[in-house]
Amino acid sequence: MREMLDSYEKHRDSLVPILQEVQDKFGYISESSVEGIARHLDVSQSYIYGVATFYTQFRFTRPGDHMVCLCRGTACHVSGADQILEHVERHLNIREGETTDDGNFSLETVACIGCCALAPCMTIDQEVHGHLTPQKATRILKAGNKKEKK
Amino acid sequence: MTGPNENDRTVLVCKGTGCVSSGSIAIYDAIEAEIKKAGLEEINMKLTGCHGFCQRGPIVIIEPEGVFYSAVQEKDVPEIVESHLKNNKPVERLFYRDPVTDEPIKCYKDIPFYSGQERIVLKNCGHINPEVIEDSINAGVYQAIKKVLHGMTSEKVIETIKKSGLRGRGGAGFPTAVKWKFCRDEKANQKYIICNADEGDPGAFMDRSILEATPHQVIEGMIIAGFAIGATKGFIYVRAEYPLAVKRLGIAVSQARERGFLGDNVAGSDFSFDLKIFQGAGAFVCGEETGLIASIEGSRGMPRTRPPFPAQKGLWGRPTIINNVKTLSYIPEIINRGADWFAGIGTEKSPGTAVFALTGKVANCGLIEVPMGTTLRDIIFKIGGGIPDGKKFKAVQTGGPSGGCIPAEFLDMKVDFDELAKVGSIMGSGGMIVMDEDSCMVDIARYFLSFTEDESCGKCTPCRMGTQHVLRILTNITEGNGKPEDIDTLEKLCKTIKEASLCGLGQTAPNPVLTTIEYFRDEYEAHINEGRCPALACKAFLTYTIDTEACKLCGLCKKECPTDAITGSVKPPETFVINEEKCIRCGMCFSVCPFGAVEKSSGNGGPQVRKSGSENNNE
Repeated sequence: MREMLDSYEKHRDSLVPILQEVQDKFGYISESSVEGIARHLDVSQSYIYGVATFYTQFRFTRPGDHMVCLCRGTACHVSGADQILEHVERHLNIREGETTDDGNFSLETVACIGCCALAPCMTIDQEVHGHLTPQKATRILKAGNKKEKK
Repeated sequence: MTGPNENDRTVLVCKGTGCVSSGSIAIYDAIEAEIKKAGLEEINMKLTGCHGFCQRGPIVIIEPEGVFYSAVQEKDVPEIVESHLKNNKPVERLFYRDPVTDEPIKCYKDIPFYSGQERIVLKNCGHINPEVIEDSINAGVYQAIKKVLHGMTSEKVIETIKKSGLRGRGGAGFPTAVKWKFCRDEKANQKYIICNADEGDPGAFMDRSILEATPHQVIEGMIIAGFAIGATKGFIYVRAEYPLAVKRLGIAVSQARERGFLGDNVAGSDFSFDLKIFQGAGAFVCGEETGLIASIEGSRGMPRTRPPFPAQKGLWGRPTIINNVKTLSYIPEIINRGADWFAGIGTEKSPGTAVFALTGKVANCGLIEVPMGTTLRDIIFKIGGGIPDGKKFKAVQTGGPSGGCIPAEFLDMKVDFDELAKVGSIMGSGGMIVMDEDSCMVDIARYFLSFTEDESCGKCTPCRMGTQHVLRILTNITEGNGKPEDIDTLEKLCKTIKEASLCGLGQTAPNPVLTTIEYFRDEYEAHINEGRCPALACKAFLTYTIDTEACKLCGLCKKECPTDAITGSVKPPETFVINEEKCIRCGMCFSVCPFGAVEKSSGNGGPQVRKSGSENNNE
């Protein structure tokens, strides 16, 4: 962490890139990393939380091993994304923004992943799956689960 | 058997986000292996960016003939190599088929999706490897900077752009040259040019595709813009949600630096210019210029009042120009081919082309570029191939959350900045979502408001509180709790938000509501007064029933029902019935029934009945 911070200029402008790298490395922004960043940039922790919570990219709890991101873009919406979301929520038994008890899956929604021609779609660990139906979504999630257990 | 041009034969495989998700990388590897096996090593292979026809991915094109294979699967590869590459017999069964006539079409230039287009910004998309700078150079990129840096003054560049009539493609359509001139005339020791690739509009993906497919074109545009306004530093503000675009931009920037197109003495001139990539962290409001600047400065991306405009006081208080990806992509072409050429395309007040992400309920989804002034009908029915499944066109939504829904009566409207504004919508960044009879217009308005309400930065009250209130009313209507006075209240609220909000987000957020009320008032009234949703989309108004005559007692609906609301059995045969008390109207039974035996209806039966089996079965 220290090393990583030292590669950034001690200036407010570095805040967003730092937060991005922290999240990239650790999966989320922990309290201790906020402390570290605050010290490095000489700004208050509340300032950092103020900025970080403004952007949807940043999360503050440890995510599951697999990140399921359902697209709620317009094209997906008119192709039935709501139904897919409800179905995935039921299948994983969590709500949007939550992580399964076994820590395997986290479920998030995103405004648009820009694969509108493949609507409705979702990403699992950044891999895009398009032309979803509720059944197809379940199948993909089950396959992901199996891969993990091997 | 050798073909006429076998020696120049190239196999192009699309590696855009869309095709990658349909498995194009495996296809590439398989073709490569198969070519080796067949001893055809003289054939070139090329990975390209997006062709635009993402829906039909993975796409493989064989040059020089331009044979177009769509939806290619790994098992098709041996046949393509054996039959086409070796024996020169293209594989007809993999050709694209016209959705209307079912005729197979061999070459991509003959497919209506492509033949109806005129590509300037997208001309290299899908034809070059974005990760190899030589490909871009061979395609003519970086020609324009040589012309500019060795023989044009900044005034001359701005003059040329002014003559071309180019208007900003970020949405508002502000003349690019006017903006540049403001900035050029400012005296400052440092100025900045920012490329706005914070494509936050749900339903738009053209900026991503351009950055993924032809990043050097954007970089060249930025260098020229920098020269014109006197900026030596530039930023590309790109969404972090676009990992492939970020990666390819990174590669492109370092290659351009190696080749001397970026850094000190660009292309051997005395002009110096360098670029940095900044990843946006996901806030729609950062698409607004002052919000974007605040975000690069490391603050919350909240817009501020203007003036001073960014062209006078922008990033770190210095004069800054922010241009959209597409705007910048036009610049080199205008320099190369002249202002008159560009001004001759499109309409008088909106010259050039428009790039749209055509999606939704349309047969051919994808990225298209057409001259300004093309009619909606041509775009949706000619290029888009019409509405699939024999359904009826209801509306087209342009401009994302800031735009409006345009009904069928305006299908012959010529699309440009001003015409769209006349019907209450906007060009926006170019999302174009087609909706059919299954889309509920009240629900669409609610959907967009839920987006803008969420993305409102909260700085000014009309936007923060107004969008909340509008969303609450719309939600009530879609949930069956609408009141007769709601429509008036909505209109009043929307006008206030439009007039009193600080930035573009609030000023345009009411557009989806106002246009749907104007053109689809009857749907609002049906929800409020008659307790039904004409599009059969809003759950609160739906009833699902099983048609016992069509039912084949397969039991699939019962198996998939998440709430055990369906009774009946396969053995001994017992009629399947949906218990309305238990039914949560999730629509599972409707989408799984293979026999069209599940019906949904709204209100008192009548014409509003739809049978399953026609949708969601397109796997």
